[in-house]
Amino acid sequence: MNLLYSEVEDDLRAAVRDVLADRCTPADVLGRIETDRPYDAGLWRVLGADLGLAGLLVPEKLGGQGGTEREAAVVLEELGGAVAPVPFLGSAVLAVSALLGCDTADAGVAGLLGRLASGEATGTLAVPLSAAPGAAFPAAVRADAAGRLTGTVSSVADARTADVLVVPALGPDGPGLYEVAAGAARLTPVVSLDLTRPLADLTLDGAPGRLLPPAAGGSAGAALERALLRGAGLLASEQVGVAQWCLDETVRYLKERRQFGRVVGSFQALKHRLADLWLEVVSARAAARAAADALAAETSGADALVTETAEASGVTGAKEARIAVAVAASYASPVAVHAAEEALQLHGGIGMTWEHPVHLFLKRAKADEIALGTPGTHRAALAGLVDLPA
Amino acid sequence: MTTVPQGGGQAEPGPQSPETKAGAMAAGTEGDTIAPELRRRVRALLAAYDPATIPLREFLRARFDAGLAWVHFPEGLGGLGVPRALQAAVDAELAAAKAPDNDPRRIGIGLGMAAPTILRFGTEEQQQRFLRPLWTGEEVWCQLFSEPGAGSDLAGLRTRAVRDGDTWVVDGQKVWTSSAHTARWAILIARTDPDVPKHRGITYFVCDMTAPGVEVRPLRQATGEAEFNEVFLTGVRIPDAHRLGEVGDGWRVAQATLMNERVAIGGTALPREGGMIEKAAATWRSRPELRTPELHGRLLALWVEAEVTRLTAERARQQLAAGAPGPEGSGLKLAFARLNQRISGFELELLGEDGLRYGDWTMVRPELVDFYGRDAGYRYLRAKGNSIEGGTSEILRNIVAERVLGLPAEPRTDKDVAWKDLPR
Repeated sequence: MNLLYSEVEDDLRAAVRDVLADRCTPADVLGRIETDRPYDAGLWRVLGADLGLAGLLVPEKLGGQGGTEREAAVVLEELGGAVAPVPFLGSAVLAVSALLGCDTADAGVAGLLGRLASGEATGTLAVPLSAAPGAAFPAAVRADAAGRLTGTVSSVADARTADVLVVPALGPDGPGLYEVAAGAARLTPVVSLDLTRPLADLTLDGAPGRLLPPAAGGSAGAALERALLRGAGLLASEQVGVAQWCLDETVRYLKERRQFGRVVGSFQALKHRLADLWLEVVSARAAARAAADALAAETSGADALVTETAEASGVTGAKEARIAVAVAASYASPVAVHAAEEALQLHGGIGMTWEHPVHLFLKRAKADEIALGTPGTHRAALAGLVDLPA
Repeated sequence: MTTVPQGGGQAEPGPQSPETKAGAMAAGTEGDTIAPELRRRVRALLAAYDPATIPLREFLRARFDAGLAWVHFPEGLGGLGVPRALQAAVDAELAAAKAPDNDPRRIGIGLGMAAPTILRFGTEEQQQRFLRPLWTGEEVWCQLFSEPGAGSDLAGLRTRAVRDGDTWVVDGQKVWTSSAHTARWAILIARTDPDVPKHRGITYFVCDMTAPGVEVRPLRQATGEAEFNEVFLTGVRIPDAHRLGEVGDGWRVAQATLMNERVAIGGTALPREGGMIEKAAATWRSRPELRTPELHGRLLALWVEAEVTRLTAERARQQLAAGAPGPEGSGLKLAFARLNQRISGFELELLGEDGLRYGDWTMVRPELVDFYGRDAGYRYLRAKGNSIEGGTSEILRNIVAERVLGLPAEPRTDKDVAWKDLPR
């Protein structure tokens, strides 16, 4: 288990950070959130197509970068630290991960992966953002024998910028994943708690869909689970990015803000809170790295790379990844929320204003806590995984 | 409890230059060539000294002389000057051959604190004299740092050392001294110049615990045991040859000791579900009648926290091995203390009626420090010391805030004043 960052990962981080520093400052984001274009298409073109992040997880032979979950985690740290309004999670993580659980030898699957990877199209997975790994296959959408889909899916992330939807639906032969053109669905924007990842409700009324065949020996349920597990595990890295920004910004502010004739950051009452917060962020980073590493090991099928701890106890790669994701997701969520809450409080009055960006991070952190399984959901999953039954 | 260090002074880098070699090892180059050589040495040791028949001390001395005691130490001092990370493979190979170890829990202060300090600041003569019997466990070490009036403010210590020709005469009182009753030697800091500010008038010594004038009295703690002691020093004579570092430079030497102590307490490698959570999880599995939904939620939250703390320590070790020591080490002990306290408190509550009973209040003087031993009540009480020993959690938060986050220190009144003129 490698919990550090490789040189390649450091380089990737630097490239993403450069773009964000240039095009995604807090002022940029604040200026966009109340417009009718809350997502930044120009920024996504640079990140997704030019830098190749849209196809980061797609194998090279399918037109992508052939990167791993470890690298996607680094990207999410940076995107979280900028609350960047781009559909990386929905398109490059959730939709791509679901498609990689399908039969990639199928021309339709491979073609869609290629279009997503090149940035020619942007996708998302049509599930509520609150969907958690381990849940039953959704029954909100039905497909008929002609592949026409009917039903509604609420609170879908990154749907507003999507060209293509990957829709889980119950068809005549059971659960299936369907490719649906976004234009074939009715999309209702939702007034969202998280202003930088606004949601939409989708209504499908006989929308034409194309069944995406599952991987050999797999199923639509397994492909969906694959995507949700990756989403939940990698979201922990986004939460680390959010938390790190809140910590850094608060430390910076407390070094310059003066009251009572001294820098307020010299008061122990505040220093101790920040030291505790630092420890939380450092711990969340270790947990998030472990999850990304375990997911990457599972994807590559390299069970040999699984931790020695796991080997000793006979834990398989799949189980190890599920444990690591449950640990990271349940731990990092409250850390990001706590970091944002502390940032707001320790900034005092300015932290409560609309003009200061801390509220964007608080809203992202709180929404992320609910996204892809609450901490309680992930802990409950752990009970079965580590033999601590109720 | 060993000592209560404090905040001033600078963080010291690790005691060993070979850490830089570890970067190459992590990249998979140098370690690949060293590892077979280490294995060859282990086999040669086992062939020459059969652990099944050779007396314990003799085997341990031979292991030290083969450079397999602590491989990152220099050759001739129990090591081979190779990366610390390679030690695990040596230990595993020896354990597989059922070779005895040096029972590190019994000599933790020597291994974790005295040895790295002697290696870094000791003369060649001191290194040759002290390190081998320290490592084999033939000579137990303790630490004479804290005093009744100098806990978190350790640099304010009053124990005096006055020069008398080639020796120093030491008078004072030390406290919270684990293993003083079994120790042959102590690392000691004492005031040698009261006329300069407190951090500058301290000198670091090795004190013979069998010397006349050293009196050790057990100090009973909340668990009922007397794990630590008070040590009274009355006219104790220490040869100048047993001084570690320069006269007046003892604070800097002590900082090195304390940094090692915190890593030793908080940075130990554990398997998943190792340490305090192991006990609580075992109780949960074996006693289904105790389970409630509310306790279940708390147990899972504690399990997650234990696993994350383990991963954080593992990440800090990987950073160290890769030659890029991260600041995580400073905070590990904070996490470790809070976790142990919360889990042990939970375990007593989980036990319900059984939690009302305590194993044994009899005052004993244990030979080793055991955080996870005995019964749940003992573990709960012993864990209370985790946030005090080796630097209180409050002092550690100051260290993180000032040295990691770069926040300014509180205004101080004692920094540029001669120690003798400080208000008392």
